[in-house]
Amino acid sequence: MVAVNILETTGLTKQYGEIFANTDVDFTLPAGKITALIGPNGAGKSTFVGMVSGRTQATRGRVLFEGKDVSHLPAHKRIQLGIAYTFQITSVFAGLTVHENVALAARRTFKGDASALDAKVQAALTRVDIADRANQIAGDLAYGHQRLLEIAMGLAQDPKVFILDEPTQGLAESEIVNFIALIMSLAGETTILLIEHNMKVVMEAADFITVLDHGQILAAGTPAEISKNSAVQAAYLGKSNA
Amino acid sequence: MTHFSKPNVLHIGVLIALVALFFVLPPYHAGNLSRIMVLTIYAMGYNILFGYTGLLSLGHAMFFAAGMYGFGLATNLGGVPLPIAFIIGVVSAGVLAAVVGALALRTVGVAFMIVTLMFAQTAYLIVLYFGKYTRGDEGFVIQQAQRTFAGFDLTSETGRYVTALILFSICFLGLAHLVQTPFGKTLIAIGENEERARMLGYDTTIHKLKAIIISGVVAGVAGAAYAMLFGYVGATFATVQYSILPLLWVLLGGAGTTVGPLIGVFFMFYLIDFSSSVTTAYLLVVGVVLVLLTMFAPKGLCGELRRRVFPWLP
Repeated sequence: MVAVNILETTGLTKQYGEIFANTDVDFTLPAGKITALIGPNGAGKSTFVGMVSGRTQATRGRVLFEGKDVSHLPAHKRIQLGIAYTFQITSVFAGLTVHENVALAARRTFKGDASALDAKVQAALTRVDIADRANQIAGDLAYGHQRLLEIAMGLAQDPKVFILDEPTQGLAESEIVNFIALIMSLAGETTILLIEHNMKVVMEAADFITVLDHGQILAAGTPAEISKNSAVQAAYLGKSNA
Repeated sequence: MTHFSKPNVLHIGVLIALVALFFVLPPYHAGNLSRIMVLTIYAMGYNILFGYTGLLSLGHAMFFAAGMYGFGLATNLGGVPLPIAFIIGVVSAGVLAAVVGALALRTVGVAFMIVTLMFAQTAYLIVLYFGKYTRGDEGFVIQQAQRTFAGFDLTSETGRYVTALILFSICFLGLAHLVQTPFGKTLIAIGENEERARMLGYDTTIHKLKAIIISGVVAGVAGAAYAMLFGYVGATFATVQYSILPLLWVLLGGAGTTVGPLIGVFFMFYLIDFSSSVTTAYLLVVGVVLVLLTMFAPKGLCGELRRRVFPWLP
């Protein structure tokens, strides 16, 4: 791996009472690539990205973003540095218009410049192909469109790292195909950390895969390496096929 | 957004109607309307926090009372000129809101409600404790001579109405504008989904604190105006009843709407006025109507109108 790492964690650990959701996770995220984080249910994937984004307080360990230690920054400060996060459970502002949802996401970077903000919102909505729904109330959108709106809200922030927590969950097969094309078109512009259950998405889109199991990294490598890894097959693929 | 957008036309229309009503209404109702406008300022302040930012305070009476006592004590004990006393009242409410907000925001949900309730109860007890100055439950009257400003008598029916209307207009248009600004939109976003707003990079705690301060300042304007126009300052206004009233007004009129507070106060005022002229059991009537409204118009009168007829309603 020669790529520069935009984000690194060392010894990242989360303890809930007696239970360790993550134990000493040393993880690297190569810049400009799509990295998928996979693992069985309860492997600690969401907890891990929660600690990376600041949503969840880590018990110990460090998060380095662009070489700087951000471990003690609250979530909103980390987001301001350029980490965007989309929620596993669709989480848009249901009472506001689609346009306003994206404007809220973009506004931090376009303070006072209304026309540039508008252009940015339009661009983000066009990219995910829901520009024609800009004036609808977000809560009235179909589920698939709400998921796309979530992604538009992330894109509008021009993130350096874009964390997508199970973005294809609940999408139809045809929507998933479009989604893969969309995130592959983002590679190079931004760095993507993708939590995903759908193996088709992972194998097609990801440049690198990290496998979590029982809160620890089981393996990391390219899709080809991971699919050949016997430990992964035993712990993860075997189990999920059962 | 054009200057002739529907919301702007509605807001200006409301103000024109209020001007016109003064010339049309008999003195009794014009007097009522002065009171309604002042109480609406209070409700609008509450609405910013509850209707838009989604924070339910059960202690807003302390901000209303801070404005009222700040003004009343400055006038009565300090002999301060009226406009300065008014500013003292408003600043008192703002400072109190900043302090209480900073402490209460360490809690969320039900705990926030209880903490604000407790602070308000403390404020009420402080008013009673310093009864030597505040005259406690009995309260005190602000003399007519102290309620004139630049030769303008604020105790006359016209003086009251005009002053109430001016203060109402400033708060009404100011807050209607505020909720359209990026800051206001962020407050709405926090009310809708705070976690999402935080994960878009907004410092939601600071935003909520600012909302509490704005809300407290506007409540303080109402409290100071009430004392100034109606000449009485008393501990009743610091009781829990005056914390619940703005919640009811806003819920009835429509939380998170610009005209909802006015509709809510107006409706409740005349509901009590009318039912008490018919029966001594007027509270029963009021109660039944409130229950029916919450059952059939859970989003309040304006909220229901927005849902069914006018989706553009601000």
